[in-house]
Amino acid sequence: MEHKASVIENLAEVRAMIKRHKRNDTLFAVIGLCALMLGLITLMLLFWQLIADGYPKFTIDFLTEFPSRRAGQAGLLSAWVGSFLVMSVTFLTAVPVGVAAGLYLEEYAPKNWFTDLIEINVSNLAGVPSIIYGLLALGLFVYILDLGQSILTAGLTLGLLILPIVIVSTREAIRAIPVSIREAAYGVGATKWQVVYDHVFKYSYGGILTGVIIGMARALGETAPIITIGALTFIAFLPPSPITAEPPFLNFEWLSSGFTVMPIQMFNWLSRPDHAFHINAAATGALIIIVTLLMNGTAIWLRYKIRKNIKW
Amino acid sequence: MANINTAIKAEARDLNFFYSNGARALKGISMPLYENKITALIGPSGCGKSTFLRCFNRMHDLYPGNKYEGQIVMYPDNTNVLDAGVDPIEVRMRISMVFQKPNPFPKSIYENVAYGLRVRGENNKRIMDDKVEEALKGAALWNEVKDRLHDLAFNLSGGQQQRLCIARALATDPEIMLFDEPTSALDPIATANIEELMVELRSKLTILVVTHNMQQAARVSDYTAYMYLGELIEYDDTDRIFTNPGRKETEDYITGKFG
Ligand SMILES: Nc1ncnc2c1ncn2[C@@H]1O[C@H](COP(=O)(O)OP(=O)(O)O)[C@@H](O)[C@H]1O
Ligand SMILES: [Mg+2]
Repeated sequence: MEHKASVIENLAEVRAMIKRHKRNDTLFAVIGLCALMLGLITLMLLFWQLIADGYPKFTIDFLTEFPSRRAGQAGLLSAWVGSFLVMSVTFLTAVPVGVAAGLYLEEYAPKNWFTDLIEINVSNLAGVPSIIYGLLALGLFVYILDLGQSILTAGLTLGLLILPIVIVSTREAIRAIPVSIREAAYGVGATKWQVVYDHVFKYSYGGILTGVIIGMARALGETAPIITIGALTFIAFLPPSPITAEPPFLNFEWLSSGFTVMPIQMFNWLSRPDHAFHINAAATGALIIIVTLLMNGTAIWLRYKIRKNIKW
Repeated sequence: MANINTAIKAEARDLNFFYSNGARALKGISMPLYENKITALIGPSGCGKSTFLRCFNRMHDLYPGNKYEGQIVMYPDNTNVLDAGVDPIEVRMRISMVFQKPNPFPKSIYENVAYGLRVRGENNKRIMDDKVEEALKGAALWNEVKDRLHDLAFNLSGGQQQRLCIARALATDPEIMLFDEPTSALDPIATANIEELMVELRSKLTILVVTHNMQQAARVSDYTAYMYLGELIEYDDTDRIFTNPGRKETEDYITGKFG
């Protein structure tokens, strides 16, 4: 009898305890949600503000007109073309170099103090303020290599900037491949290169691509390093077209052309006293955010799509 | 104890093995693998069974700092597979392996089986088709997958995946096949299938199987080796080991007094 009573008493105690713990759960969930909302709502408000301000400029003309002294006619043509070309250079340099470096570090490099040092440095580079990259590029690309204040210089600079992101995401994607899969491949007699090419690379490219896109989205909005290397703020011409009508159909003069990019154009318009220009700036800001969101969305979608077939 | 009618396919001679942290995981192991026989390795967890098995295909070479001492000689060519001058890839072309957990590639069923052939430079589709079919039949999987060879291997059940891994290991006509606790992740029916399959495969090749399950060793193997703390305690005919072991330690382990 006594025993029974103590069981019931015990049970009541356990239930009270569970209730207490559950209360903590709820409390934390509420705090977390508030924190999340604080960040999200601020961002949404900013974004909304840009859209509301820039709304009159959401026209095709805005994309097909050069900048002008008159705010009403000024457009974004040279800026978005510049952004596109600079990003192309960034992509074509940062991706092969970053992926190769990540693959090398993960698969080939011996594990010793030197590779540890490299590893620490790569992680640290990801945290270096972007203006430092601008200074480096000014010294290296503009003065020493004499590449000028060109699309090439800007593309290479942003390439350097996102290189750590590409390297780190490559390594993380590779590390996610289980040891058992590698051993299976080596087990049937594959060489190192066969393992890397047939397996490691194929199973990690979804993750690598995600990192690349996120890096590119970051590069798209970068302003400081581009200003440092001396991008022009008012450009009423387009760089020479990369594709020509006559053989050899390709033309690389655009690489050495002067340029501007969207964040710089936006900065330029914002610094004008005439309020009409602020509408243009807001529209540009909204466009940059939309493109960035689209890129990140694509990254998420790609990751989902590619990972769907890989379960580990 | 040695059966005079069967040739030795491979033989460990005074084999020592050291992990990169300096731990000596194998201590002077010498024992034969008879051709077309199944040899089982038993012993408590951590005694070095997997370590020993993975010496045969030089799997330890994948991790820096590991060190072998002694020999594993393959016949009839008398190659010491542990010799630094022998390429581990050559060894793995002759000795294939099935792992503890099914580990198919995230590729199609067909590509999983064909991969060993591709690695060997085969790209004739007809030859490849034939070999894939033969291997899948050899692994008793053909009937279940013949209509969906291009499905992802991950869509198979655990037991089917393990048979797929056996087919992958079989497709390259290995001389020896290593199994590291191949049924430890499987249910009893799938386990029975794999055991039956090993017995069938015996006519084609030589098998070394690690198992933590003594009944399994008794059911499938011709010879059994009992290991403890990195040492080979006893090696004999499976019947003898399970009915009349020569060493007290073996008997204690077999009868469940220990382990
Ligand atoms: N990578 C490793 N590095 C160092 N020691 C290891 C490693 N793998 C296994 N060992 C040790 O070697 C011994 C044998 O392990 P293992 O061969 O896996 O045993 P079993 O397969 O019989 O359970 C154990 O003591 C284990 O802790
Ligand atoms: Mg083991």
